[in-house]
Amino acid sequence: MIALSDYLIVAAILFSVSIAGIFLNRKNVLLLLMCIELVLLAVNINFIAFSHFLGDVNGQIFVFFILTVAAAEAAIGLAILVVLFRTRRTINVADLDTLKG
Amino acid sequence: MQYDLLSLQPVLPEIFMLGAACVVLVVDLFLSQRTRYWTYGLTLAALVGAIAVTAWTATSGTQVLFDGSYVRDPVSDVLKLAILTIDLFVMAYARDYLDQQEIYRGEFYILSLFATLGMMVMASANNFLTVYLGLELLALSVYALVAFDRDSIKGAEAAMKYFVLGALASGMLLYGLSMLYGATGALNFLEVSAAIASGNIDETVLVFGLVFVVIGVAFKFGAVPFHMWVPDVYHGAPTAVTLFLGSVPKIAAFSLAIRLLANGAGGLSAHWSDMLTILAIASLAIGNIVAIAQDNIKRMLAYSTISHVGFIFLGFIAADSRGYGAALFYTVVYALTAAGGFGLLTVISRKGFDAENLHDLKGLNDKSPWLAAMMMLVLFSMAGVPPTVGFFAKLFVLEAVIRVDMVWLAAVAVIFSIIGAFYYLRAVKVMYFDKPIDDQPIIASVDSRLAISVNGVAILLLGIFPAGLLAVCRAAFVG
Repeated sequence: MIALSDYLIVAAILFSVSIAGIFLNRKNVLLLLMCIELVLLAVNINFIAFSHFLGDVNGQIFVFFILTVAAAEAAIGLAILVVLFRTRRTINVADLDTLKG
Repeated sequence: MQYDLLSLQPVLPEIFMLGAACVVLVVDLFLSQRTRYWTYGLTLAALVGAIAVTAWTATSGTQVLFDGSYVRDPVSDVLKLAILTIDLFVMAYARDYLDQQEIYRGEFYILSLFATLGMMVMASANNFLTVYLGLELLALSVYALVAFDRDSIKGAEAAMKYFVLGALASGMLLYGLSMLYGATGALNFLEVSAAIASGNIDETVLVFGLVFVVIGVAFKFGAVPFHMWVPDVYHGAPTAVTLFLGSVPKIAAFSLAIRLLANGAGGLSAHWSDMLTILAIASLAIGNIVAIAQDNIKRMLAYSTISHVGFIFLGFIAADSRGYGAALFYTVVYALTAAGGFGLLTVISRKGFDAENLHDLKGLNDKSPWLAAMMMLVLFSMAGVPPTVGFFAKLFVLEAVIRVDMVWLAAVAVIFSIIGAFYYLRAVKVMYFDKPIDDQPIIASVDSRLAISVNGVAILLLGIFPAGLLAVCRAAFVG
Protein backbone atom coordinates (compact mmCIF):
# COMPACT_ATOMS: atom_id res chain seq x y z
CA MET A 1 0.00 0.00 0.00
CA ILE A 2 1.43 3.34 -0.99
CA ALA A 3 0.88 5.95 1.70
CA LEU A 4 0.06 9.62 1.20
CA SER A 5 3.51 10.61 2.41
CA ASP A 6 5.15 8.64 -0.43
CA TYR A 7 3.26 10.64 -3.02
CA LEU A 8 4.13 13.88 -1.27
CA ILE A 9 7.81 12.95 -1.16
CA VAL A 10 7.84 12.19 -4.89
CA ALA A 11 6.13 15.49 -5.56
CA ALA A 12 8.55 17.37 -3.32
CA ILE A 13 11.55 15.75 -5.07
CA LEU A 14 10.15 16.63 -8.51
CA PHE A 15 9.49 20.17 -7.31
CA SER A 16 13.01 20.57 -5.94
CA VAL A 17 14.58 19.11 -9.08
CA SER A 18 12.68 21.53 -11.27
CA ILE A 19 13.47 24.59 -9.13
CA ALA A 20 17.14 23.58 -9.06
CA GLY A 21 16.98 23.12 -12.82
CA ILE A 22 15.71 26.65 -13.32
CA PHE A 23 18.46 28.18 -11.24
CA LEU A 24 21.39 25.96 -12.28
CA ASN A 25 20.72 25.80 -15.99
CA ARG A 26 22.85 28.33 -17.91
CA LYS A 27 22.68 26.73 -21.33
CA ASN A 28 19.34 26.54 -22.97
CA VAL A 29 16.06 28.38 -22.57
CA LEU A 30 14.13 25.29 -23.69
CA LEU A 31 15.27 23.49 -20.56
CA LEU A 32 13.78 26.30 -18.49
CA LEU A 33 10.42 25.70 -20.15
CA MET A 34 10.67 21.99 -19.33
CA CYS A 35 11.49 22.78 -15.71
CA ILE A 36 8.44 25.03 -15.49
CA GLU A 37 6.25 22.20 -16.77
CA LEU A 38 7.81 19.91 -14.19
CA VAL A 39 6.90 22.32 -11.37
CA LEU A 40 3.28 22.16 -12.44
CA LEU A 41 3.37 18.35 -12.69
CA ALA A 42 4.77 18.12 -9.16
CA VAL A 43 1.87 20.26 -7.97
CA ASN A 44 -0.54 18.01 -9.88
CA ILE A 45 0.75 14.91 -8.09
CA ASN A 46 0.22 16.71 -4.79
CA PHE A 47 -3.33 17.66 -5.66
CA ILE A 48 -4.28 14.19 -6.90
CA ALA A 49 -2.76 12.45 -3.89
CA PHE A 50 -4.55 14.75 -1.46
CA SER A 51 -7.77 14.48 -3.43
CA HIS A 52 -7.63 10.67 -3.34
CA PHE A 53 -6.80 10.38 0.34
CA LEU A 54 -9.28 13.07 1.41
CA GLY A 55 -12.01 11.51 -0.73
CA ASP A 56 -12.70 14.93 -2.19
CA VAL A 57 -13.00 15.32 -5.96
CA ASN A 58 -12.24 19.06 -6.08
CA GLY A 59 -8.50 18.50 -6.13
CA GLN A 60 -8.74 16.43 -9.30
CA ILE A 61 -10.84 19.11 -10.96
CA PHE A 62 -8.14 21.62 -10.04
CA VAL A 63 -5.62 19.40 -11.82
CA PHE A 64 -7.57 19.56 -15.07
CA PHE A 65 -7.43 23.33 -14.92
CA ILE A 66 -3.72 23.33 -14.15
CA LEU A 67 -3.08 21.05 -17.12
CA THR A 68 -5.05 23.34 -19.41
CA VAL A 69 -3.29 26.45 -18.16
CA ALA A 70 0.06 24.68 -18.47
CA ALA A 71 -0.67 24.02 -22.13
CA ALA A 72 -1.50 27.69 -22.70
CA GLU A 73 1.59 28.69 -20.77
CA ALA A 74 3.80 26.44 -22.87
CA ALA A 75 2.31 27.98 -26.01
CA ILE A 76 3.11 31.50 -24.83
CA GLY A 77 6.56 30.48 -23.64
CA LEU A 78 7.44 28.90 -26.98
CA ALA A 79 6.06 31.92 -28.82
CA ILE A 80 8.32 34.20 -26.79
CA LEU A 81 11.19 31.79 -27.47
CA VAL A 82 10.60 32.10 -31.21
CA VAL A 83 10.61 35.92 -30.96
CA LEU A 84 13.79 35.74 -28.91
CA PHE A 85 15.51 33.51 -31.45
CA ARG A 86 14.35 35.68 -34.36
CA THR A 87 15.83 38.83 -32.82
CA ARG A 88 19.15 37.47 -31.57
CA ARG A 89 19.80 34.08 -33.21
CA THR A 90 20.55 32.29 -29.94
CA ILE A 91 18.61 30.79 -27.07
CA ASN A 92 21.52 30.58 -24.67
CA VAL A 93 20.50 31.66 -21.18
CA ALA A 94 23.88 33.27 -20.50
CA ASP A 95 23.36 35.58 -23.51
CA LEU A 96 20.26 37.15 -22.01
CA ASP A 97 22.22 40.05 -20.54
CA THR A 98 21.24 43.17 -22.49
CA LEU A 99 19.14 44.49 -19.62
CA LYS A 100 21.30 45.63 -16.75
CA GLY A 101 21.41 48.69 -14.64
CA MET B 1 -32.59 22.59 -9.49
CA GLN B 2 -34.18 25.50 -11.29
CA TYR B 3 -31.56 27.72 -12.87
CA ASP B 4 -32.41 31.38 -12.71
CA LEU B 5 -30.68 33.66 -15.17
CA LEU B 6 -31.15 36.59 -12.81
CA SER B 7 -28.84 34.90 -10.33
CA LEU B 8 -26.00 35.71 -12.72
CA GLN B 9 -26.46 39.43 -12.13
CA PRO B 10 -23.51 39.80 -9.72
CA VAL B 11 -21.14 38.35 -12.36
CA LEU B 12 -22.37 40.80 -14.98
CA PRO B 13 -19.20 42.96 -14.98
CA GLU B 14 -17.05 39.96 -15.91
CA ILE B 15 -19.57 38.70 -18.47
CA PHE B 16 -19.70 42.15 -20.02
CA MET B 17 -15.90 42.38 -20.10
CA LEU B 18 -15.55 38.96 -21.72
CA GLY B 19 -18.15 39.83 -24.34
CA ALA B 20 -16.60 43.21 -25.02
CA ALA B 21 -13.09 41.75 -25.35
CA CYS B 22 -14.36 39.18 -27.84
CA VAL B 23 -16.15 41.90 -29.83
CA VAL B 24 -12.97 43.98 -29.97
CA LEU B 25 -11.02 40.89 -31.04
CA VAL B 26 -13.35 40.15 -33.93
CA VAL B 27 -13.87 43.77 -35.02
CA ASP B 28 -10.13 44.40 -35.06
CA LEU B 29 -9.66 41.60 -37.61
CA PHE B 30 -11.62 43.56 -40.20
CA LEU B 31 -9.88 46.91 -39.70
CA SER B 32 -7.08 48.34 -41.75
CA GLN B 33 -4.29 50.33 -40.13
CA ARG B 34 -6.07 53.54 -41.17
CA THR B 35 -9.31 52.65 -39.36
CA ARG B 36 -7.58 51.21 -36.30
CA TYR B 37 -9.04 54.00 -34.17
CA TRP B 38 -12.19 51.86 -33.96
CA THR B 39 -10.32 49.35 -31.81
CA TYR B 40 -9.22 52.15 -29.55
CA GLY B 41 -12.72 53.62 -29.35
CA LEU B 42 -14.31 50.24 -28.67
CA THR B 43 -11.75 49.52 -25.94
CA LEU B 44 -12.56 52.78 -24.21
CA ALA B 45 -16.27 52.05 -24.61
CA ALA B 46 -15.74 48.56 -23.14
CA LEU B 47 -13.98 49.98 -20.10
CA VAL B 48 -16.56 52.73 -19.55
CA GLY B 49 -19.33 50.14 -20.02
CA ALA B 50 -17.71 47.81 -17.50
CA ILE B 51 -17.44 50.65 -14.99
CA ALA B 52 -21.13 51.42 -15.51
CA VAL B 53 -22.16 47.77 -15.15
CA THR B 54 -20.04 47.37 -12.01
CA ALA B 55 -21.53 50.48 -10.44
CA TRP B 56 -25.03 49.49 -11.49
CA THR B 57 -24.90 45.96 -10.05
CA ALA B 58 -23.06 47.00 -6.87
CA THR B 59 -24.71 46.10 -3.59
CA SER B 60 -23.61 46.66 -0.05
CA GLY B 61 -24.05 43.02 0.91
CA THR B 62 -22.01 39.93 0.09
CA GLN B 63 -23.22 37.59 -2.64
CA VAL B 64 -21.60 34.22 -3.20
CA LEU B 65 -22.07 32.41 -6.49
CA PHE B 66 -21.02 29.28 -8.38
CA ASP B 67 -20.94 27.00 -5.38
CA GLY B 68 -18.83 29.39 -3.36
CA SER B 69 -16.14 30.08 -5.94
CA TYR B 70 -17.08 33.67 -6.71
CA VAL B 71 -17.87 36.46 -4.30
CA ARG B 72 -19.28 39.89 -4.94
CA ASP B 73 -18.66 42.16 -1.96
CA PRO B 74 -17.77 45.84 -1.46
CA VAL B 75 -14.03 45.03 -1.60
CA SER B 76 -14.38 43.49 -5.04
CA ASP B 77 -16.42 46.47 -6.25
CA VAL B 78 -13.82 49.00 -5.10
CA LEU B 79 -11.01 46.95 -6.63
CA LYS B 80 -12.81 46.53 -9.95
CA LEU B 81 -13.74 50.19 -10.24
CA ALA B 82 -10.13 51.18 -9.49
CA ILE B 83 -8.76 48.66 -12.03
CA LEU B 84 -11.12 49.81 -14.77
CA THR B 85 -10.65 53.54 -14.12
CA ILE B 86 -6.86 53.37 -14.16
CA ASP B 87 -7.06 51.18 -17.26
CA LEU B 88 -8.89 54.05 -18.98
CA PHE B 89 -5.96 56.35 -18.24
CA VAL B 90 -3.52 53.74 -19.55
CA MET B 91 -5.41 53.35 -22.81
CA ALA B 92 -5.63 57.10 -23.30
CA TYR B 93 -1.86 57.49 -22.87
CA ALA B 94 -0.88 54.45 -24.88
CA ARG B 95 -2.53 55.16 -28.26
CA ASP B 96 -0.37 58.12 -29.19
CA TYR B 97 2.82 56.33 -28.14
CA LEU B 98 1.98 53.14 -30.03
CA ASP B 99 1.19 55.20 -33.12
CA GLN B 100 4.48 57.10 -32.97
CA GLN B 101 6.59 54.00 -32.35
CA GLU B 102 4.82 52.21 -35.22
CA ILE B 103 3.51 49.39 -33.06
CA TYR B 104 -0.12 50.50 -33.18
CA ARG B 105 -1.79 47.09 -33.37
CA GLY B 106 -5.06 45.70 -32.13
CA GLU B 107 -3.31 43.05 -30.04
CA PHE B 108 -2.35 45.63 -27.45
CA TYR B 109 -5.98 46.40 -26.75
CA ILE B 110 -7.19 42.81 -26.88
CA LEU B 111 -4.49 41.54 -24.55
CA SER B 112 -5.06 44.45 -22.16
CA LEU B 113 -8.78 43.73 -22.06
CA PHE B 114 -8.20 40.05 -21.32
CA ALA B 115 -5.67 40.98 -18.66
CA THR B 116 -8.28 43.30 -17.18
CA LEU B 117 -10.78 40.46 -17.17
CA GLY B 118 -8.26 38.31 -15.31
CA MET B 119 -7.79 41.05 -12.73
CA MET B 120 -11.54 41.38 -12.26
CA VAL B 121 -11.82 37.63 -11.70
CA MET B 122 -9.02 37.82 -9.11
CA ALA B 123 -10.78 40.66 -7.33
CA SER B 124 -13.87 38.49 -6.91
CA ALA B 125 -12.21 35.15 -6.26
CA ASN B 126 -13.44 33.11 -3.34
CA ASN B 127 -11.70 29.87 -4.08
CA PHE B 128 -8.12 28.78 -4.83
CA LEU B 129 -9.11 27.73 -8.34
CA THR B 130 -10.71 31.09 -9.21
CA VAL B 131 -7.70 32.98 -7.88
CA TYR B 132 -5.38 30.82 -9.95
CA LEU B 133 -7.37 31.16 -13.15
CA GLY B 134 -7.66 34.94 -12.82
CA LEU B 135 -3.96 35.20 -12.06
CA GLU B 136 -2.97 33.14 -15.08
CA LEU B 137 -5.31 35.02 -17.41
CA LEU B 138 -3.59 38.22 -16.29
CA ALA B 139 -0.08 36.79 -16.38
CA LEU B 140 -0.32 35.08 -19.77
CA SER B 141 -1.73 38.24 -21.36
CA VAL B 142 1.01 40.37 -19.85
CA TYR B 143 3.84 38.03 -20.93
CA ALA B 144 2.63 38.42 -24.48
CA LEU B 145 2.28 42.19 -24.09
CA VAL B 146 5.90 42.56 -22.98
CA ALA B 147 7.09 40.82 -26.16
CA PHE B 148 4.61 42.88 -28.13
CA ASP B 149 7.21 44.89 -30.09
CA ARG B 150 8.44 41.87 -32.02
CA ASP B 151 11.59 43.45 -33.44
CA SER B 152 12.87 44.75 -30.12
CA ILE B 153 15.79 42.80 -28.68
CA LYS B 154 15.15 44.21 -25.21
CA GLY B 155 11.45 43.35 -25.37
CA ALA B 156 12.00 39.67 -26.19
CA GLU B 157 14.60 39.29 -23.46
CA ALA B 158 12.40 41.03 -20.90
CA ALA B 159 9.45 38.85 -21.89
CA MET B 160 11.50 35.68 -21.49
CA LYS B 161 12.76 36.68 -18.06
CA TYR B 162 9.28 37.71 -16.99
CA PHE B 163 7.81 34.50 -18.32
CA VAL B 164 10.27 32.19 -16.59
CA LEU B 165 10.13 33.98 -13.23
CA GLY B 166 6.38 34.53 -13.41
CA ALA B 167 5.74 30.88 -14.20
CA LEU B 168 8.06 29.89 -11.36
CA ALA B 169 6.07 32.16 -9.04
CA SER B 170 2.81 30.57 -10.17
CA GLY B 171 4.34 27.17 -9.52
CA MET B 172 5.39 28.17 -6.00
CA LEU B 173 1.96 29.62 -5.32
CA LEU B 174 0.27 26.45 -6.57
CA TYR B 175 2.53 24.23 -4.48
CA GLY B 176 1.55 26.25 -1.42
CA LEU B 177 -2.12 26.07 -2.38
CA SER B 178 -1.89 22.29 -2.78
CA MET B 179 -0.45 22.05 0.73
CA LEU B 180 -3.21 24.22 2.17
CA TYR B 181 -5.74 22.10 0.27
CA GLY B 182 -4.25 18.93 1.67
CA ALA B 183 -4.25 20.26 5.21
CA THR B 184 -7.73 21.78 5.22
CA GLY B 185 -9.46 19.55 2.67
CA ALA B 186 -11.14 22.49 1.00
CA LEU B 187 -10.56 24.94 -1.84
CA ASN B 188 -13.18 27.46 -0.81
CA PHE B 189 -11.86 30.35 1.33
CA LEU B 190 -14.75 30.15 3.79
CA GLU B 191 -14.18 26.45 4.43
CA VAL B 192 -10.40 26.88 4.50
CA SER B 193 -10.54 29.63 7.09
CA ALA B 194 -13.11 27.66 9.12
CA ALA B 195 -10.83 24.61 9.06
CA ILE B 196 -7.85 26.70 10.15
CA ALA B 197 -9.89 28.31 12.93
CA SER B 198 -11.03 24.91 14.25
CA GLY B 199 -7.46 24.26 15.44
CA ASN B 200 -7.52 20.53 14.61
CA ILE B 201 -4.89 20.86 11.91
CA ASP B 202 -1.17 20.45 12.37
CA GLU B 203 0.13 23.98 12.12
CA THR B 204 3.47 22.91 10.59
CA VAL B 205 1.77 21.78 7.38
CA LEU B 206 -0.23 25.00 7.20
CA VAL B 207 2.82 27.19 7.71
CA PHE B 208 4.77 25.10 5.17
CA GLY B 209 2.07 25.80 2.59
CA LEU B 210 1.78 29.40 3.68
CA VAL B 211 5.47 30.08 3.04
CA PHE B 212 5.04 29.11 -0.61
CA VAL B 213 1.87 31.17 -0.93
CA VAL B 214 3.63 34.23 0.49
CA ILE B 215 6.56 33.69 -1.90
CA GLY B 216 4.11 33.54 -4.80
CA VAL B 217 2.37 36.71 -3.68
CA ALA B 218 5.70 38.50 -3.14
CA PHE B 219 6.83 37.50 -6.66
CA LYS B 220 3.68 38.92 -8.19
CA PHE B 221 4.07 42.15 -6.22
CA GLY B 222 7.81 42.31 -6.93
CA ALA B 223 8.90 42.47 -3.29
CA VAL B 224 12.56 41.94 -2.34
CA PRO B 225 14.06 39.25 -2.57
CA PHE B 226 11.67 38.26 -5.35
CA HIS B 227 12.08 41.49 -7.29
CA MET B 228 14.67 40.45 -9.92
CA TRP B 229 12.23 40.62 -12.78
CA VAL B 230 10.82 44.08 -12.06
CA PRO B 231 13.62 46.39 -13.30
CA ASP B 232 14.40 44.28 -16.37
CA VAL B 233 10.79 43.92 -17.42
CA TYR B 234 9.99 47.61 -16.86
CA HIS B 235 13.09 48.55 -18.83
CA GLY B 236 12.69 46.08 -21.66
CA ALA B 237 8.98 46.42 -22.39
CA PRO B 238 7.72 49.21 -24.67
CA THR B 239 6.81 52.20 -22.48
CA ALA B 240 3.09 51.80 -23.22
CA VAL B 241 3.26 48.24 -21.86
CA THR B 242 5.37 49.29 -18.87
CA LEU B 243 2.68 51.87 -18.21
CA PHE B 244 0.08 49.12 -18.17
CA LEU B 245 1.98 46.58 -16.11
CA GLY B 246 3.42 49.13 -13.72
CA SER B 247 0.04 50.44 -12.64
CA VAL B 248 -3.07 48.27 -12.88
CA PRO B 249 -1.65 44.83 -11.96
CA LYS B 250 -0.56 46.27 -8.60
CA ILE B 251 -4.24 46.44 -7.70
CA ALA B 252 -4.62 42.85 -8.88
CA ALA B 253 -1.67 41.81 -6.72
CA PHE B 254 -3.38 43.53 -3.83
CA SER B 255 -6.52 41.50 -4.45
CA LEU B 256 -4.41 38.34 -4.63
CA ALA B 257 -2.93 39.14 -1.23
CA ILE B 258 -6.21 40.18 0.36
CA ARG B 259 -8.07 37.10 -0.93
CA LEU B 260 -5.41 34.51 -0.14
CA LEU B 261 -3.90 35.88 3.03
CA ALA B 262 -6.74 37.77 4.68
CA ASN B 263 -9.78 35.78 3.49
CA GLY B 264 -8.22 32.33 3.10
CA ALA B 265 -5.39 32.15 5.63
CA GLY B 266 -6.67 34.84 7.99
CA GLY B 267 -6.27 32.45 10.90
CA LEU B 268 -2.54 32.32 10.25
CA SER B 269 -2.06 36.09 10.28
CA ALA B 270 0.47 35.85 13.11
CA HIS B 271 2.74 33.85 10.78
CA TRP B 272 2.32 35.77 7.55
CA SER B 273 2.56 39.18 9.11
CA ASP B 274 6.06 38.26 10.33
CA MET B 275 7.01 37.17 6.83
CA LEU B 276 5.57 40.33 5.33
CA THR B 277 7.50 42.46 7.84
CA ILE B 278 10.79 41.04 6.56
CA LEU B 279 9.73 41.45 2.94
CA ALA B 280 8.56 45.01 3.60
CA ILE B 281 11.80 46.14 5.25
CA ALA B 282 13.93 44.50 2.54
CA SER B 283 11.80 46.08 -0.21
CA LEU B 284 11.95 49.54 1.36
CA ALA B 285 15.72 49.32 1.75
CA ILE B 286 16.70 47.83 -1.62
CA GLY B 287 14.07 49.74 -3.58
CA ASN B 288 14.97 53.16 -2.30
CA ILE B 289 18.73 52.75 -2.23
CA VAL B 290 19.24 51.05 -5.59
CA ALA B 291 16.93 53.53 -7.32
CA ILE B 292 19.45 56.29 -6.61
CA ALA B 293 21.97 54.62 -8.90
CA GLN B 294 19.64 54.44 -11.90
CA ASP B 295 19.97 56.71 -14.94
CA ASN B 296 17.22 55.02 -16.85
CA ILE B 297 13.97 56.49 -15.60
CA LYS B 298 12.00 53.29 -16.28
CA ARG B 299 14.44 51.34 -14.10
CA MET B 300 14.29 54.10 -11.49
CA LEU B 301 10.51 53.87 -11.38
CA ALA B 302 10.82 50.07 -11.20
CA TYR B 303 12.92 50.30 -8.05
CA SER B 304 10.51 52.93 -6.78
CA THR B 305 7.71 50.38 -7.31
CA ILE B 306 9.62 47.90 -5.18
CA SER B 307 9.84 50.41 -2.35
CA HIS B 308 6.13 51.21 -2.65
CA VAL B 309 5.35 47.49 -2.41
CA GLY B 310 7.11 47.61 0.95
CA PHE B 311 4.64 50.24 2.06
CA ILE B 312 1.66 48.23 0.82
CA PHE B 313 2.90 45.25 2.84
CA LEU B 314 3.15 47.48 5.92
CA GLY B 315 -0.61 47.95 5.70
CA PHE B 316 -1.07 44.18 5.80
CA ILE B 317 1.06 43.67 8.87
CA ALA B 318 -1.60 44.99 11.22
CA ALA B 319 -3.97 42.29 9.82
CA ASP B 320 -7.07 44.28 10.75
CA SER B 321 -9.66 46.10 8.67
CA ARG B 322 -8.04 49.48 9.24
CA GLY B 323 -4.70 48.21 7.98
CA TYR B 324 -6.29 46.58 4.91
CA GLY B 325 -8.16 49.82 4.22
CA ALA B 326 -4.92 51.80 4.40
CA ALA B 327 -3.16 49.27 2.13
CA LEU B 328 -6.00 49.44 -0.38
CA PHE B 329 -5.86 53.25 -0.34
CA TYR B 330 -2.09 53.10 -0.87
CA THR B 331 -2.40 50.63 -3.74
CA VAL B 332 -5.04 52.63 -5.60
CA VAL B 333 -3.10 55.86 -5.10
CA TYR B 334 0.14 54.24 -6.21
CA ALA B 335 -1.46 52.77 -9.32
CA LEU B 336 -2.84 56.20 -10.24
CA THR B 337 0.52 57.88 -9.62
CA ALA B 338 2.49 55.25 -11.53
CA ALA B 339 0.10 55.62 -14.47
CA GLY B 340 0.88 59.35 -14.43
CA GLY B 341 4.64 58.81 -14.25
CA PHE B 342 4.89 56.31 -17.10
CA GLY B 343 2.15 58.19 -18.93
CA LEU B 344 4.29 61.31 -19.02
CA LEU B 345 7.12 59.29 -20.60
CA THR B 346 4.76 58.21 -23.36
CA VAL B 347 3.61 61.82 -23.81
CA ILE B 348 7.11 63.26 -24.27
CA SER B 349 8.23 60.41 -26.56
CA ARG B 350 7.87 61.09 -30.25
CA LYS B 351 8.58 59.38 -33.54
CA GLY B 352 12.10 57.96 -33.44
CA PHE B 353 12.66 59.06 -29.85
CA ASP B 354 11.75 56.91 -26.89
CA ALA B 355 12.06 58.92 -23.66
CA GLU B 356 13.50 56.61 -21.03
CA ASN B 357 16.59 58.26 -19.59
CA LEU B 358 16.75 60.82 -16.85
CA HIS B 359 18.41 63.37 -19.14
CA ASP B 360 15.47 63.10 -21.53
CA LEU B 361 13.53 65.07 -18.93
CA LYS B 362 16.06 67.93 -19.03
CA GLY B 363 14.47 71.32 -19.41
CA LEU B 364 10.94 69.94 -19.63
CA ASN B 365 9.75 73.12 -17.94
CA ASP B 366 11.09 75.27 -20.79
CA LYS B 367 9.32 73.14 -23.36
CA SER B 368 6.01 72.66 -21.60
CA PRO B 369 5.45 74.13 -18.14
CA TRP B 370 2.14 72.29 -17.78
CA LEU B 371 3.58 68.84 -18.42
CA ALA B 372 6.48 69.59 -16.08
CA ALA B 373 4.01 70.62 -13.38
CA MET B 374 2.07 67.37 -13.83
CA MET B 375 5.26 65.30 -13.62
CA MET B 376 6.28 67.24 -10.54
CA LEU B 377 2.96 66.35 -8.88
CA VAL B 378 3.51 62.70 -9.75
CA LEU B 379 7.05 62.67 -8.35
CA PHE B 380 6.02 64.57 -5.22
CA SER B 381 3.21 62.10 -4.68
CA MET B 382 5.60 59.16 -5.00
CA ALA B 383 8.01 60.83 -2.59
CA GLY B 384 5.15 61.56 -0.18
CA VAL B 385 5.26 65.35 -0.16
CA PRO B 386 2.07 67.05 1.01
CA PRO B 387 -0.38 68.22 -0.28
CA THR B 388 -0.26 65.41 -2.86
CA VAL B 389 -2.16 62.24 -2.16
CA GLY B 390 1.01 60.15 -1.75
CA PHE B 391 1.61 61.84 1.58
CA PHE B 392 -1.74 60.74 2.96
CA ALA B 393 -1.32 57.21 1.60
CA LYS B 394 1.94 56.90 3.54
CA LEU B 395 0.38 58.56 6.59
CA PHE B 396 -2.55 56.13 6.81
CA VAL B 397 -0.31 53.08 6.38
CA LEU B 398 2.06 54.32 9.07
CA GLU B 399 -0.90 55.02 11.34
CA ALA B 400 -2.09 51.42 10.92
CA VAL B 401 1.42 50.18 11.78
CA ILE B 402 1.71 52.40 14.85
CA ARG B 403 -1.71 51.27 16.08
CA VAL B 404 -0.33 47.74 16.52
CA ASP B 405 2.63 49.12 18.50
CA MET B 406 5.31 48.70 15.87
CA VAL B 407 6.71 52.21 16.09
CA TRP B 408 10.22 51.05 15.14
CA LEU B 409 8.87 49.68 11.85
CA ALA B 410 7.20 53.00 11.07
CA ALA B 411 10.48 54.77 11.83
CA VAL B 412 12.36 52.45 9.44
CA ALA B 413 9.79 53.14 6.73
CA VAL B 414 10.08 56.90 7.22
CA ILE B 415 13.89 56.83 7.09
CA PHE B 416 13.89 54.88 3.84
CA SER B 417 11.28 57.15 2.26
CA ILE B 418 13.45 60.15 3.10
CA ILE B 419 16.34 58.43 1.31
CA GLY B 420 13.94 57.76 -1.54
CA ALA B 421 12.91 61.41 -1.74
CA PHE B 422 16.39 62.14 -3.13
CA TYR B 423 15.89 60.51 -6.50
CA TYR B 424 12.41 61.90 -6.98
CA LEU B 425 13.65 65.40 -6.25
CA ARG B 426 16.63 64.86 -8.56
CA ALA B 427 14.19 64.23 -11.40
CA VAL B 428 12.31 67.43 -10.46
CA LYS B 429 15.60 69.33 -10.47
CA VAL B 430 16.48 67.99 -13.93
CA MET B 431 13.10 69.13 -15.26
CA TYR B 432 13.22 72.64 -13.83
CA PHE B 433 16.85 73.73 -13.58
CA ASP B 434 18.65 72.00 -16.46
CA LYS B 435 18.76 73.27 -20.02
CA PRO B 436 17.00 71.16 -22.66
CA ILE B 437 19.38 69.07 -24.82
CA ASP B 438 17.37 69.65 -27.99
CA ASP B 439 14.70 72.08 -29.10
CA GLN B 440 12.29 69.53 -30.53
CA PRO B 441 8.77 70.50 -29.52
CA ILE B 442 6.62 67.99 -27.65
CA ILE B 443 3.94 66.61 -29.93
CA ALA B 444 1.16 64.95 -27.99
CA SER B 445 -2.38 64.12 -28.95
CA VAL B 446 -5.41 65.61 -27.25
CA ASP B 447 -6.37 62.41 -25.44
CA SER B 448 -2.98 61.86 -23.81
CA ARG B 449 -2.74 65.53 -22.81
CA LEU B 450 -6.21 65.31 -21.31
CA ALA B 451 -5.31 62.10 -19.48
CA ILE B 452 -2.12 63.53 -17.96
CA SER B 453 -3.97 66.68 -16.88
CA VAL B 454 -6.81 64.75 -15.24
CA ASN B 455 -4.28 62.39 -13.68
CA GLY B 456 -2.10 65.15 -12.23
CA VAL B 457 -5.01 67.19 -10.97
CA ALA B 458 -6.55 64.07 -9.43
CA ILE B 459 -3.32 63.46 -7.50
CA LEU B 460 -3.48 67.00 -6.16
CA LEU B 461 -7.23 67.05 -5.46
CA LEU B 462 -7.23 63.66 -3.75
CA GLY B 463 -4.37 64.98 -1.65
CA ILE B 464 -6.37 68.01 -0.57
CA PHE B 465 -9.57 66.01 -0.05
CA PRO B 466 -8.46 62.46 0.80
CA ALA B 467 -11.46 61.71 3.00
CA GLY B 468 -13.79 60.49 0.24
CA LEU B 469 -11.51 57.83 -1.21
CA LEU B 470 -10.32 56.84 2.25
CA ALA B 471 -13.89 56.38 3.45
CA VAL B 472 -14.62 54.15 0.45
CA CYS B 473 -11.49 52.05 1.10
CA ARG B 474 -12.21 51.71 4.80
CA ALA B 475 -15.91 50.98 4.35
CA ALA B 476 -15.03 48.10 2.02
CA PHE B 477 -13.44 46.19 4.88
CA VAL B 478 -15.96 46.97 7.61
CA GLY B 479 -19.03 44.79 7.92
